[in-house]
Amino acid sequence: MTDLSSALHLSAPELTLAVGGLALLMLGAFAGEKSTRLVSGLSVLLLLVATVLAAVGPLGSAFNGAYVADPLAVFGKAVIFLSAAVAVVLGDSWMHRNKIAKFEYPILIVLASVGMGMMASSGDLISLYIGIEMHSLALYVLAAYRRDDLKASEAGLKYFVLGALSSGLLLYGASLIYGFAGSMRFEDIAAFATANPGPGLIFGLVFLICGLAFKVSAAPFHMWTPDVYEGAPTPVVALFSTAPKVAAMVLIIRVLIEGFGLAHAQWAQVVILISLISFAVGAFGGLMQKDIQRLLAYSSIINIGYALLGVAAGTQVGVQATLMFMTLYVVDQIGFFAILLSLSRNGRPIRKIADLAGLKKDRPLTAVALTILSLSAIGIPPMSGFWGKFYVFGAAADAGYWMAGAAGLVASVVAGFYYLRIIKVIWFDTPEFDVTTDKAPVSAQWIGWAAAAFSFPVLLIALTWLEPLTRAAAAGVGIG
Amino acid sequence: MPHILSIVTFLPLLGAAAILVARLLNKGGHEAAAPAARWIALITTMVVLAVSVVLVGQFDPSNPAYQFVENYAWFAGASYHLGVDGVSILFVLLTAFLLPICIVASWKSIQTRVVEYMVAFLILETLVIGVFTSLDLFLFYIFFEGTLVPMYLIIGIWGGANRIYAAYKFFLYTLAGSVLMLLAMLWMAHTTGTTSIPELKQYAFDASVQPILWLAFFASFAVKMPMWPVHTWLPDAHVQAPTAGSVILAGILLKLGGYGFILFNIPMFPLASQMFTPLVFALSVIAIVYTSLVAFRQTDIKKLIAYSSVAHMGFVTMGIFAGNDTGVQGAVFQMLSHGLISGALFLCVGVVYDRMHTREIAFYGGLTARMPWYAAIFLMFTMANVGLPGTSGFIGEVLTMTGAYQASTWTALIAASGVIFSAVYALTLFRNVMYGEITNPALQTITDIDKRELLIFVPLIIGTIWLGLYPNAVLDYTGPTVEALTTAYRAAIGG
Repeated sequence: MTDLSSALHLSAPELTLAVGGLALLMLGAFAGEKSTRLVSGLSVLLLLVATVLAAVGPLGSAFNGAYVADPLAVFGKAVIFLSAAVAVVLGDSWMHRNKIAKFEYPILIVLASVGMGMMASSGDLISLYIGIEMHSLALYVLAAYRRDDLKASEAGLKYFVLGALSSGLLLYGASLIYGFAGSMRFEDIAAFATANPGPGLIFGLVFLICGLAFKVSAAPFHMWTPDVYEGAPTPVVALFSTAPKVAAMVLIIRVLIEGFGLAHAQWAQVVILISLISFAVGAFGGLMQKDIQRLLAYSSIINIGYALLGVAAGTQVGVQATLMFMTLYVVDQIGFFAILLSLSRNGRPIRKIADLAGLKKDRPLTAVALTILSLSAIGIPPMSGFWGKFYVFGAAADAGYWMAGAAGLVASVVAGFYYLRIIKVIWFDTPEFDVTTDKAPVSAQWIGWAAAAFSFPVLLIALTWLEPLTRAAAAGVGIG
Repeated sequence: MPHILSIVTFLPLLGAAAILVARLLNKGGHEAAAPAARWIALITTMVVLAVSVVLVGQFDPSNPAYQFVENYAWFAGASYHLGVDGVSILFVLLTAFLLPICIVASWKSIQTRVVEYMVAFLILETLVIGVFTSLDLFLFYIFFEGTLVPMYLIIGIWGGANRIYAAYKFFLYTLAGSVLMLLAMLWMAHTTGTTSIPELKQYAFDASVQPILWLAFFASFAVKMPMWPVHTWLPDAHVQAPTAGSVILAGILLKLGGYGFILFNIPMFPLASQMFTPLVFALSVIAIVYTSLVAFRQTDIKKLIAYSSVAHMGFVTMGIFAGNDTGVQGAVFQMLSHGLISGALFLCVGVVYDRMHTREIAFYGGLTARMPWYAAIFLMFTMANVGLPGTSGFIGEVLTMTGAYQASTWTALIAASGVIFSAVYALTLFRNVMYGEITNPALQTITDIDKRELLIFVPLIIGTIWLGLYPNAVLDYTGPTVEALTTAYRAAIGG
């Protein structure tokens, strides 16, 4: 009995979200559409409460090791829940403006957050799979949220079919690993893998990596990304590019470093190959894009490549680098999407890069914020994107991955071209015909400005406390 | 003054903030805030100049160590570490000296988005001075890369017709060069466990990794310098940039490359430097001869001067990698002198461009008749550019060639021929623009330079001639620092 109560105590963040999400569903179902605002507000509150619970809660493992609450999980959950809360806020005003506001949107995000929390805390293959499926199902629905829209339906369907395929790969890999190692728990797998890293186990691991690579949209498992990013509603894309990516990245760290840390030599080349392909696809694929959301899809591919490079290093320095990179990347992405959501011209949302022409004149502060975020994405110091790369490439150089690091940096120059184009359009171009920029929703605008201010200059101070936080989170990961 | 280096580095940023505040307080909108922006920018840069003069006054030239050092731990092993030696302090002074001139030169020619323009220039000043004062690897990189952004905006917003192409080319070329340097820096920091540049200078890197690290740094600085064959971004950037942008670009930003060689390549990787010296010599003489010939065929005045800059930077790289006292001293001197001369030449182009809005050589001719003062000034700087004795250009070229002669006779011989070529293109330009009858009716009403423009040129004329007649003003400062550098270099390569 005490065992169960301590287990429930450990998993309090997810329990809160699950119970709270269901309660909100009842509220929405009975109160109807007019309760949308209230449900949104309560969802944000719920996510904040879950963050606090995760931060102050006890550490340990529960349910026979299936659920782990360690510094890595806590750090991951804080980033995941907070960015999910921002997605709810961003979505609320945007949905109302586009007259598609429904109370299901925040609830789906809350339910997805339960799954993402599980992913961050998973200690064995079962909780890994359940976490992935729980968050994926909610995300499939969110992608097709605008169900009358052809592109959104296409996005949802594509995401679902390919997601199911990747789940199949992942399950096949997991079953192979289980078959060879004889246990579901990462700890036991680690012990077994250290003793006999046979081909069968590695075979299973590669399938598992493929399935996870799909979830973080790393090339060559990225095919769904541009279409989903283009078709899904913008606030949903804002969610896609932040919280689930962090959750899946924490999961990759768990599987590879915690489960297979000592078989590093076996999987490092696979991960490096994936990140190299992601560099190439992300950098060159984005060059000719005209649609901003497609562009951001390619940008997310290349950035996941960078994050994976930190994992590939296989050291605590590498894990810390990945966590740091993902955190800074998430803030930048939130800023990008918040600004995109806050802008609309002549009553139409911004879709093409060219729609931003002459933004400098209408919205100087937003133009500066978007410029800072773009420079950060290129990796120009002292913006946050530079520091993310700084950590990741430092870890890669430390582990001796010179050539991969050089390739990543060269790719960042290529990718620099398309971020520069955003700056160019904002500052150098004038719109072809008369446009008036509509009044911006206050919340999105402020979130965008705050994210840009965080990117530069707040980060220069924030790094001094982010650095020990990420180091503590990485130190919890068991590496022999 | 405690923290004088931080003050001189970040004072321009304060000025930029003041301009933004003035813009917010001004109810008259963007245009009405322009005069305030100009004046705040001018006053700020003058104060920075005054502080850097104080800095030079307090500096002890006989001490080759870093002075005015400030060192505070930051995070991830990096630190906020500033300091100047006999070389970098002069570049700080050069930057502080050129900036007020740039502001005054833009007083009338920039009429759109004046607030942003002045802010961009002040931010650029902070970043450039930061490069010259920082003694931490990553602090250096932050400032070094940061300079791209304001320059990209300066070219892209206030530039000429083909400005966007030029801005992209400038940004991507220099970014591509410096990312490899970043990787080398990360590796160095992880291997040695320190990011302090003075400590890294003492660290003997293994002979097997030196070439790789050397090449990574070389990639960055060679693009910045720019050396042949990666110089092609420079003519485009110069032609499209506004006048003051060209002055900053030629006067200061190019010097970041040479400064980088002196700061990193020579002291940290002496064995690789020795190994690659023939390569650098070859690229230098190609730059000197080839780009001089290319300059001769230009039809655009600015492009001609841009190519001449590449040729003059060839002398700098040659002098640095000669590896002896004379050569390195000459290289530093040549960089400072070129900062004044090329800046002045671009300002000269700006004078006629402001009046006629074209830089075609064929458009002009016979300007001596209408603009005698202008012709005299242009002649003076043309001669300085050619290297006439009595001007600073002469000292720099003679010193670098003497230094190179000691290291490689043939290099010096071929480079010397470059001096003749530079006389050919420079004098041809002067003849075509200045002499003869005025045949173009548009030029009949062109006016001579006014007081504001004269005010810009006076300090540059004084500087050029003073350094030409009394080079010890510079050499006394650089002497001990360069001697320490070359002594360590020779000891490391066992020569």
